[in-house]
Amino acid sequence: MKKAVKLTAIVGVLGSAALLISCGGGKSVGIDPKVHTDALFAVMKADRTNYTKLIIKRLGPSGAGVITPKEEWKDLTDGAPLPAQMFRAGAEAVRELNDTFTYSLQSLWPINKQNAPKTPMEEEGLKFIADNPGENFYGTEELGGKNYYTAVYPDVAVAAPCVDCHNDHKDTPRTDFKLGDVMGGVVIRVPL
Amino acid sequence: MKKILWIIWLLLTLGIAGYYSFQMLFGVDKTEFLIGETTYGHYQIELACETCHTSPFGGEEILQNACLNCHAEELDMVNDSHPKSKFTDPRNADLLEIIDARYCVTCHTEHHRDKTLEMGLTLPKDYCFHCHENIDEERETHKDLAFDSCASAGCHNYHDNRALYEGFLLRHNDEPVFKAIAKIPALTGEKTYRENNPNYRVLEASDVNYLGYSGTVDDAIVHQWVASAHGRNGIECVDCHVEDSNDSVWIEQPNHNQCRFCHSEQTKGFSEGKHGMRLADTLSKPLQAISPSESELSFKESALYRQHSCSACHSSHDFNTKTAAVDACLSCHNDEHSVAYVNSPHHELWLKELTGELFENSGVSCATCHMHREELIKGGGKSNKVTVVHNQNLTLRPNEKMIRPVCMNCHGLGFSIDALADKQLIKNNFNGRPSEHIPSIDMAIERDKQ
Repeated sequence: MKKAVKLTAIVGVLGSAALLISCGGGKSVGIDPKVHTDALFAVMKADRTNYTKLIIKRLGPSGAGVITPKEEWKDLTDGAPLPAQMFRAGAEAVRELNDTFTYSLQSLWPINKQNAPKTPMEEEGLKFIADNPGENFYGTEELGGKNYYTAVYPDVAVAAPCVDCHNDHKDTPRTDFKLGDVMGGVVIRVPL
Repeated sequence: MKKILWIIWLLLTLGIAGYYSFQMLFGVDKTEFLIGETTYGHYQIELACETCHTSPFGGEEILQNACLNCHAEELDMVNDSHPKSKFTDPRNADLLEIIDARYCVTCHTEHHRDKTLEMGLTLPKDYCFHCHENIDEERETHKDLAFDSCASAGCHNYHDNRALYEGFLLRHNDEPVFKAIAKIPALTGEKTYRENNPNYRVLEASDVNYLGYSGTVDDAIVHQWVASAHGRNGIECVDCHVEDSNDSVWIEQPNHNQCRFCHSEQTKGFSEGKHGMRLADTLSKPLQAISPSESELSFKESALYRQHSCSACHSSHDFNTKTAAVDACLSCHNDEHSVAYVNSPHHELWLKELTGELFENSGVSCATCHMHREELIKGGGKSNKVTVVHNQNLTLRPNEKMIRPVCMNCHGLGFSIDALADKQLIKNNFNGRPSEHIPSIDMAIERDKQ
């Protein structure tokens, strides 16, 4: 009788283990993080470019002149956020809506020092995209006890006002940006 | 013997547990459950426990939602410098381990009044250090400044920096003490009402209609009403004394619920401020209106047990806003600042406006500063509608919140910053010039030159 009980217990334990292994042991299915972050970046880049061209350029001082894009836009009745501010506002709004990814705009030469790289991976990624124009950077890192897939994409100076503003701003640590230069990077994180 | 002791112990335990369970679930007065003295900001509503503790289960999110239920609109309006969204990026995880700035209660713990500093702060005053420790490397002007002085008067606030940010300081750096035209915005309520109700009629005593009222009415009341804004614009007795046009039940003493039918903005502000927060719809249970006897401020003996309602300041029937702007305040408030008002330059201007010696809206009453006028915001722009903000909390603390909407109607920015930093000057109700000088503007200019 005792033997039968032991046997039943062993079979039960092995069966449960097999079931657990079969549930979690297979190859995980789902979108590759790199594909995911590349797609997110495409949307971000498209929206940012469109905001710059379709709103700021069209309605701002170089177009109809009915809005004033300015850092302190909230204090102006016709004020509009600068493209970088619009981008950050989007990043903050996304964090309110969703916790499956985060993104931020950073630079090795930030106007606001809070946007300088903070983690070793941010530092490495921003250096990589600055030294290797046209390439992206991918890696994984642990922050606050969680693992993240971190992708860094170049943020390139596409319009003269971007270059002028960054070169002339009193808080800028760099004054020799030219059109086409990598001015910073978009850091996208996906929790793993 | 031992058995009896056990039975007594069990009965006592069950009795105590039963008593507190009953009080918790069905008790009207939950004072016994207060774990400590409530701060000045919330003591009025401390017995509407479920206003903040909306659920017995759940952690910080429950409290956070309760905080935002009352304070989110204001934080948004003041362009909160440190919104939660700034801290939810995982790159700030290391900072959150020190100060979890995603939650209000991290810095504002309630029911620990003995550990609460100004602004309801329950952290050491040098908390800015944890994120801005290298500020002296970025700002030459900030070298050797102590971290417990960041939030000193006229420098920085954690939430509201609308009058203190660098660009604003620079734009207003050379303003004189007094502006060339020193006056507050004119109210637009009556004008707007007449535009929206072109068939309004100026009423006379013979128009009085007591529909449903069987008592006698003093002639003085009728005359007060005829001379009031209500009488001038066709607002009849029944418009306030009867709940709606299909109802004939006479309301002897209409309260804020009646006023709000027409004065929704003002009633909302009243219920968000110190005078009316006990009457707010957001409370978990109705509370009795506050009376001065329950406050720790100094009040006149004769006013200690007056209950606060709309009519406490806007005396019924005449609704004289000039009376409400000064006399009503001084009939209760008896602190040094209030008492000193009658000998202040501001009061002198007020008297001159009342006598017509100075133009309309150039006098300075209690309400000019503590219930200021502001243009309603419509979307991102202005509405051309100016109303009295009845929530005095919006500009009370920290007092730099008063600079833009109040002081700068008449004074330059530099003078305003200095005046509000001078505690003695505040006590004597601005009778003199500031003895303090806050170098914020000087620092901004110096950095701009660099």
